[in-house]
Amino acid sequence: MATVTTASEVLSVVASRELAGRRTVFAGIGLPTLAASLAHLTVAPDLEIVYESGVCGAHPSHLPETIADAVLITGAEAVLSMPALFGYVLQGGHIDVGFLGAAQIDRWGNLNSSVIGDWHSPKVRLPGPGGAMEVMANSREVFVVMRRHDPRSFVDELDFCTSPGPDRALADGVEPFGLGVTKVITELGILARGGPGEELRLVARHPGVTVEQARESTGWPLQVADDVPVIEPPTEAELRLLREDVDPERVYLR
Amino acid sequence: MPRPSPDKTMSLADAVAAFVRDGDTVSLEGFTHLIPTAAGHEIIRQGRRDLTVVRMTADIVVDQMLAGGCVRKLVSSFVGNSSAGSLGELRRRVEHADPEPLEFEEYSHYGMICRYLAGAQRLPFYPLRSYAGSDLPRVNPDIRKVTSPYGDGEQIYVVPPVNPDVTIIHAQRADRSGNTQIWGLTGIQAEAVFAAEKAIVVVEEVVPDEVVRSDPNRTVVPAHAVDAVVECPRGAHPSFAQGYYDRDNAFYRAWSGISRDKEKLAAWMAEWVHGTADHAEYVAKLGEEFWAGLAVGEALSEPVNYGRRL
Repeated sequence: MATVTTASEVLSVVASRELAGRRTVFAGIGLPTLAASLAHLTVAPDLEIVYESGVCGAHPSHLPETIADAVLITGAEAVLSMPALFGYVLQGGHIDVGFLGAAQIDRWGNLNSSVIGDWHSPKVRLPGPGGAMEVMANSREVFVVMRRHDPRSFVDELDFCTSPGPDRALADGVEPFGLGVTKVITELGILARGGPGEELRLVARHPGVTVEQARESTGWPLQVADDVPVIEPPTEAELRLLREDVDPERVYLR
Repeated sequence: MPRPSPDKTMSLADAVAAFVRDGDTVSLEGFTHLIPTAAGHEIIRQGRRDLTVVRMTADIVVDQMLAGGCVRKLVSSFVGNSSAGSLGELRRRVEHADPEPLEFEEYSHYGMICRYLAGAQRLPFYPLRSYAGSDLPRVNPDIRKVTSPYGDGEQIYVVPPVNPDVTIIHAQRADRSGNTQIWGLTGIQAEAVFAAEKAIVVVEEVVPDEVVRSDPNRTVVPAHAVDAVVECPRGAHPSFAQGYYDRDNAFYRAWSGISRDKEKLAAWMAEWVHGTADHAEYVAKLGEEFWAGLAVGEALSEPVNYGRRL
């Protein structure tokens, strides 16, 4: 039997499985990197991670601490300027899966990373869009990893929409490129939607989590799939790779 | 015979005195790598006021310039202490108007990139495929939607150019006339320089002309776009210069705690910015043992053959 798994390990493993067959992923440091690195060793051997700093095809000697860590540069296959990264790679349509996080998400997969409260006099000023808006608009699909699944994060109405999904883009008269958020991986399970016009639905739950618990933890009336299977816990092999190869010093596996 | 370059080298104090005026729009760029921290500190030391600071990733140096009372307005796409935490002074200004309100113009990263691209090329605007459905255009009326003039009625958002009075970047090396070479993350520095009326390049080393001319493809900013060249080793700390010194991750982590507490922040500013005459003194004060902790090993690129006519 494996030792007790942490939430980070479970989220990383579940997210990694969702990357099966994908080729390019736009990922930040932390859980998305762990998921992508594990997927690279398991379900997506040809996976290329593209970082917001401009690095493509990194071969780091140590686990990177930021998306711009010097170890991502030395030995990388390419380092692009910002106009090339955002203009050609991202807006040019080369990214299969973008990974995003946010302070708030709504049922359509729109995200807020700017403010809690009113933008002009916020209760909490958050970091803001960064490149998240472009990742949302230009990736074929977007995965969101949320450590906290509660009504404060899964809200009926965003305080501010920083990164809109395709439904909001359409309503604004602009034809969207990708599907927007297709998967939300949380401590309770997986929410999914197919694309424009579809709400997020609970499609899977972690062992010990009930559908009712997921409903109560979501700030809108959560749609639930007809069948909500229990997610297979991380296997011995997945955990060993994650712990021994991907993050042996447990920098992100807290 | 090779011609020597005109000499634009000067001290950081002289460059800031000559090219940064109260009320200016000042761009400081460097995407995590090569952040012009020493220049930010010199602006604080010289007591500049009412600046509009343009910086994609407003991080520690912006928090310090805010605390130094230099900044009236910020134009940015990310305000945070990297992934290490928060900017205390910025949050006090934005959340509580303490000690005074901060004018803030918010864009996304590519919005900022497109503003520099338009600025560098003296275009009236630049289109991009994001912003549709976002609340940002509602709070930033300079983000506008236009119809494609090419008949199909396609709607697309545009952003205005930015043309800073002065752009300051940090780089690994330049010759004395300002041919500037960067390797590793090259970010948005070239566009920010070309968008500006004046440009200061702060470098780890000023190198002989022949060094630059041995590898002209590595030059991201040519001399004609540069007004001042400043040699200032370790001038990007706590960020890093690829191949020279590593990122000071411990300081990034510490900053959230320092900046959350007004008194701690004031004490830090008094000791490390106002309490040092220039960046050389700041570097010396940190001490050799400290710098040894950020030392990096060698990983040389393979030389390329540019060829020569026989």
